[in-house]
Amino acid sequence: MNWDILLQTLLSGILIGMVYALVAVGLSIIYGVMEIVNFAHGEFLMFGMYSSFWLFTLFALDPLLTLPLSALFLFALGALVYRFTIKRIASAPMVSQIFATFGLMILFRGVAQFLWKPDFRTVENSLVSGNIVVSGLYFGIPHLVAAVGAVLATGGVWWFINRTRLGAALEATAQDKEAAQLMGIPSHWMFALAWGLGAACAGVAGVLLSTFFPIFPEVGATFSLIAFVVVALGGFGNVTGAFWAGIIVGVVEVLGGFLIGPEYKLAIVLTLFLLVIIVRPQGLMGRAE
Amino acid sequence: MTPKQRNTLIVSGMGFALVLPFIVSNPSHQNYLILVLMFAQIGVAWNILGGYVGQVSLGHVAFFGIGAYTSTVLLVSVGLSPWIGMLIGGVVAAFFGLLIGWICFRFKGHYFTMATIAVAEILQVLFTNWEGVGGAVGLYVPLDQQGWWAMVFNSKLPYYYIALGLFTVTLLANWAIEKSFLGYYFRAIKDDPEAARSLGVSLTDYKLVAIAISSFFAALGGSFYAQKELFIDPGSVLVTSLSIKMSLVTILGGIGSLFGPLVGSVLLTGIEEATRQILGGSGMGIDLIIYATIIIAVAIYYPTGILGWAKRFLRRGKKAEDGA
Repeated sequence: MNWDILLQTLLSGILIGMVYALVAVGLSIIYGVMEIVNFAHGEFLMFGMYSSFWLFTLFALDPLLTLPLSALFLFALGALVYRFTIKRIASAPMVSQIFATFGLMILFRGVAQFLWKPDFRTVENSLVSGNIVVSGLYFGIPHLVAAVGAVLATGGVWWFINRTRLGAALEATAQDKEAAQLMGIPSHWMFALAWGLGAACAGVAGVLLSTFFPIFPEVGATFSLIAFVVVALGGFGNVTGAFWAGIIVGVVEVLGGFLIGPEYKLAIVLTLFLLVIIVRPQGLMGRAE
Repeated sequence: MTPKQRNTLIVSGMGFALVLPFIVSNPSHQNYLILVLMFAQIGVAWNILGGYVGQVSLGHVAFFGIGAYTSTVLLVSVGLSPWIGMLIGGVVAAFFGLLIGWICFRFKGHYFTMATIAVAEILQVLFTNWEGVGGAVGLYVPLDQQGWWAMVFNSKLPYYYIALGLFTVTLLANWAIEKSFLGYYFRAIKDDPEAARSLGVSLTDYKLVAIAISSFFAALGGSFYAQKELFIDPGSVLVTSLSIKMSLVTILGGIGSLFGPLVGSVLLTGIEEATRQILGGSGMGIDLIIYATIIIAVAIYYPTGILGWAKRFLRRGKKAEDGA
């Protein structure tokens, strides 16, 4: 076995895993607060990618510069999605909840196909491109920047939830929305905040990915599935858990692809998911209820 | 509706279904009728687990695909009649369903749904890379033998009657379950799992019974699909969109009701065919937008589906009559 290649693979797994973690944190916040799995989560990421692509193509604005703008746009989209669909099914039977977000997933893909055609698009020659070599190991600068950006964003979300009053209110709603409501925390605003924040996380990850990942209407599908696995692994509503689980999933995916074959990547990650369900239904880092 | 009215309706409906292909002679319209029955049949299969027991699976295409692949592989490799291959496929799918249930029933609610999606996606990857069953290229049903034994026909008519037969058998099985103790247990598990458990109903055991039956019938639909299309590949018989469709016809028509999937299938397949004809093959995303709008509208405004809505509507009418 070539150890350099193995090490290289491991590192690239860690880098992409950090981005997966950010996507999963968004999913996890929404689930933590509302106990609704957002099947349209990957589509928020897709919109993040397209927003970055169009700002770059039309106005020559670099993805790194437009990141805050995209984050804001996705936050608004997430909050609007809550206001106009999710709010109405917040206490509906589970089937309705599942199909509402599934419907959103198909709707967003349809809108993307309608507006931007099913073509593959790429952001070329952005500020971040090229490689650097550190002691014989190659790093794609876009990958490196995406990983660092994702860690910063994940850290920011952690800080927001654990260190600010608003974050504490969100956490309180997640734990007991009736009690939180009695303390004067309006549940509906917190739900909207969770959806906004969740969508923004996925959107920021999309922008970070857009510098080296092809952009197309169905791009979110794989990321949704991976985010589900990360959340299941890290325990629900747990930012730190999602971070480490993201890295584990990234490494397993890339390493598994390297050892077994890249065409099996997704199957390997999903198998990991099923194995975790069998062994530890509460997640690797979750506590048993 | 009194039981007598109900029986009259069912018998006349059945008679209508038998003569329908003679009224509708255009092959593309006949094809629509076949699709309606096929999706109604797998919808009924899905409903047994999703509607009656309340376990929303969005990986049911796995069982459909297993059915399609089992019968087709047996036909291609040893020349076994699809009728027998279909039954073997059903049994294989039922055992696979037990395995999946054993894994996925550890999770409740939304995460059960995600686990079933994961299973179907894994299967799609495996079949895409499994050269022995055609890999990404897919499998063709051999055309050298035709007729009832080979289940290959030149005209649409025989396919229509096979689809009708499969639908009827699946519906009868569902009806028998609904009337038996299983039906009561299933609904108890769905409506109040804790109470069911306290009465000594083993939740996991009966969920496993449900998933095995449901997978068996979904697989029959898969084998039929293979014979009708004469070609299968992972992109056509193992895609999540098919899982969505079989659950959606049920939810649209009326989840947990006997005829819900048929009503939903008539409407949904009709809308799909209409958008395809108006917008052309690609649809440019508009077909998806229409489809999604229906899903969201049903989820938000009509969670009990068309039948539930009609029932409420009739009851309201009756109340107004009584009041007058």
